[in-house]
Amino acid sequence: MSVAGLIRMGDNTLVLGQRLSEWCGHAPALEEDIALANMALDLIGQTQLWLGLAASREEAGRDADALAYHRDAWDFRNLLLVEQPNRDFGVTMMRQFLFDCWHFEVLQALAAHPDAEVSAIAQKSVKEVTYHRERSSDTVIALGDGTEESRGRMQGALDRLWPYVGEMFSTDDDDLTDMTALRPAFDAYAETVFAQATLTRPDSDFAHMGGKTGARHSEHLGHMLATMQVLPRSYPDATW
Amino acid sequence: MVTTRASVQEVWTWLDAVPDPEIPVISLVDLGIIRDVQWQGEQLEITVTPTYSGCPATTIINLEIETALRARGVENLSLKRQIAPPWTTDWMTDAGKAKLERYGIAPPQPSGGPDHCPRCQSTRVEKISQFGSTPCKAQWRCTECLEPFDYFKCI
Repeated sequence: MSVAGLIRMGDNTLVLGQRLSEWCGHAPALEEDIALANMALDLIGQTQLWLGLAASREEAGRDADALAYHRDAWDFRNLLLVEQPNRDFGVTMMRQFLFDCWHFEVLQALAAHPDAEVSAIAQKSVKEVTYHRERSSDTVIALGDGTEESRGRMQGALDRLWPYVGEMFSTDDDDLTDMTALRPAFDAYAETVFAQATLTRPDSDFAHMGGKTGARHSEHLGHMLATMQVLPRSYPDATW
Repeated sequence: MVTTRASVQEVWTWLDAVPDPEIPVISLVDLGIIRDVQWQGEQLEITVTPTYSGCPATTIINLEIETALRARGVENLSLKRQIAPPWTTDWMTDAGKAKLERYGIAPPQPSGGPDHCPRCQSTRVEKISQFGSTPCKAQWRCTECLEPFDYFKCI
């Protein structure tokens, strides 16, 4: 069982959880603000489980906090999708939708993983993520099949983020499950939501790569980590 | 000095008096998060399952369990976290659901939403948001009495 695979799972939830929490106090409506913060909370909770297990398995004297706060951008193994900036609410919710659809399929597969601890985390997380996917699907449909302005923004968000979908389904030996095998279920679900949202899936399957392998993150990750890590790095004895 | 060890049943009764830190009207036992109580030799082991992975109340809950049992004279105590099988609102007791309703929080329903307003009983209710003030709740509104209310999500 690969520690690198556990770190990938934990880095995805950590980076997206941090991105979502950037909305706290800024969302377009109070209910949306609360919803985004709640999803961030679920994802950070899942991060504690994944990175906690990674830390105990690698036996290098680190804990989940050490992995989160004391690694640099090139050590992170998250997908490029989750480090993309929030931009407007439409881009945030489209990013969430694409991630939730992938996340749901991965966790369903991992619930049957032979490693009992991996399976337990997946069984716990998939309940939360089912709810996330339901919500982001509803929002994509409401805004896509909404006004001319909201539809234009959602199609723009889909066009912008689609090149980050391919990386989610690239796979290697470090992954906890064969990611490529999950693509048909993802496509089938996403397609039904796009149809209801009157959105058109881009033709090109060009994919940006390099996040999950750590080969080449986008410039956005470093800026995000600077904000996220500054406190524990500046005050190593801080407790919370 | 002779000390008598509390029975498992007694411990359950004590835990049933420990309120949930976020929704103090129900107890930890009502919530269904205490999965097991047993003596391992001289040590009392309490198995607790978290509601939501990121719920900030989890650490407070552990602290309250410990405080309550120490106050009853239990000195050798361990708390075990169990995440599988994952917590479900099916584990909430009927007494707990009734207490929630009386408190103004609509209890979880298998249909995925409340069928009536916990304040005025009207069936004219609508969803405001899938998320509420804590991870375990959603926001609904009654279109009869016009009051918003919390709904305890069914998971």
